Amino acid sequence: MNRLSLAWKLYIAAFYLFLFAPLLVVAIFAFNASPFPSPPWRGFTLEWFTGSGAVTGKPGVLVDPIWLDSIGNSFRVAIPVALLAVLLGTVNAWVLERAEFRGKTFVAMMMLWPLVIPGVVLGISILAFFSRMANGLEDWLQTDLDFLRPGLPLVVLGQLSFILTIATLIIAARLRKFDRSLEEAAFDLGASRARVLRTVTLPFLSPALIGAGLVALLMSFENFNTTLMLVGSESPLPITMYGQMREGASPAINAVSLLLMLGVGGIASVFALTSKAER
Amino acid sequence: MTAKPAQRLTLFLLLAPAVLWLGLLIVLPHVEILVLSFSERVAPRVYAFGLGNYLEFFTEPLYWRTFARTAFMSILVTALTLVLAFPIALYIARVAQGRLKAMLLLLCLLPFWVSELVRTLGWMILLRETGVISYVLLATGLTEQRVEFLYNDGAVILGLVYGGLLFMIVPLANALESLEPAIVEAGYDLGGSRWTVLRRIVIPHAMPGIVAGSIIVFMLTIGNFATPVLLGGKNGLWFTEQIYAQFITRFNWPQGAAFGMLLLLLSSAIVWLGLRLTGQSLGTTLKQA
Repeated sequence: MNRLSLAWKLYIAAFYLFLFAPLLVVAIFAFNASPFPSPPWRGFTLEWFTGSGAVTGKPGVLVDPIWLDSIGNSFRVAIPVALLAVLLGTVNAWVLERAEFRGKTFVAMMMLWPLVIPGVVLGISILAFFSRMANGLEDWLQTDLDFLRPGLPLVVLGQLSFILTIATLIIAARLRKFDRSLEEAAFDLGASRARVLRTVTLPFLSPALIGAGLVALLMSFENFNTTLMLVGSESPLPITMYGQMREGASPAINAVSLLLMLGVGGIASVFALTSKAER
Repeated sequence: MTAKPAQRLTLFLLLAPAVLWLGLLIVLPHVEILVLSFSERVAPRVYAFGLGNYLEFFTEPLYWRTFARTAFMSILVTALTLVLAFPIALYIARVAQGRLKAMLLLLCLLPFWVSELVRTLGWMILLRETGVISYVLLATGLTEQRVEFLYNDGAVILGLVYGGLLFMIVPLANALESLEPAIVEAGYDLGGSRWTVLRRIVIPHAMPGIVAGSIIVFMLTIGNFATPVLLGGKNGLWFTEQIYAQFITRFNWPQGAAFGMLLLLLSSAIVWLGLRLTGQSLGTTLKQA
């Protein structure tokens, strides 16, 4: 009995070590004063964050335009994705929880579908379809429609295609718990439909709206498969990281990863706090 | 159903975003690649209907071998993930209590909030010839020279299993959570050994979780791109890479579309088969996840 439970505990300890080892080495080697993210340890440095490149040969993350542009591009994708996901997700949640119509089960099934499609396939199908639309419309309108070609707007659409499912599910789960007698009470007290929505329903939904927004932000920031198929010349962060990792990167990539981990950790804790407030 | 015009308008407005989303971003794009996959180039810039892209897949060994390899390795990765995750999920759900339980689950979740590329970077730093593990082995005298752990199937499997663990642990722990301790006790009281109780009581009870976790891990694995390419290098040979090569590198979209359809078909088929073999339905499985 004891020997088994000891082995079990050792296994658990080894498992958590296995889980955190890769993240730990990424963080540690962000501070190594060596041109490559590998041992031996050559001393502590912050060059990979703020260095101008005079000492190490390559500039640090916070001054290198490649990294700064990528981070900026990621935000330019993630913010519209999160806003659209929350807005459209709320409407979808309404359809799932409040509307009654024939074929609702079918619509509900369809909304889950994007989750079982591989990200790469989502990416190529949207790329192919929007290129066809662009070709057709450009011939017809005689203008260039660059937003339908690979680039950040298309990345927004591609990521939205499956992140919207997640946002819808999060918001619908909250809406299901809503006690509709609260709305009826507000109507009885003479409130207009818009006012009830603004003062009763939306405040109740707000933790889920914030949660869905944060999850959408994170998923957008981290998405690689779908994004890879739809990027043009401006790369979001994961695409730049992938390119650098293929070529053999300087520890600046560790520095950017560490910043990403800290950012994600921050957002995740906000999310954990809001979902705790929900209960 | 008869509704007042105002109600019908409201319903129409509420449904509009869903219809636009599913129509323009999901259904029509898939129709597009389905059509594209059946078009063959007969002359420069001239295309005709044909099965050529699918024939090409079956006649070119590189393509179907990569396809079969991806399918086989994804099943292997799913099985390994299940075996590795089960004791952890069992511990979290049945043994750990209160604060420790919350802590263990949270620690499991943390690495998976971080980008897949960051995790892969970590494994590259650990595994490569100039990496941490090779350095430690050399420094402690266990090996005579540097050892390359990267760019082989082992590294690919390791990275994919690592990436799938969370998605296995959470549904497993959820399923095991609802197991009544009294039933396990009864199993022991009736003279069942630890192994019998596990096999006859615990595992059948966890079945919905096992199926849900396996399906998610399998789909994530077969559709993965970065992990096999970065950890496997030239030996990665993952099918998504072929799709990328046809679409982006060679600009042969019809061929790439056919590959995309085959990947979609394969992942759907194996998910369906898994559900049939274990007698689970997709509805309960998705609920579990």
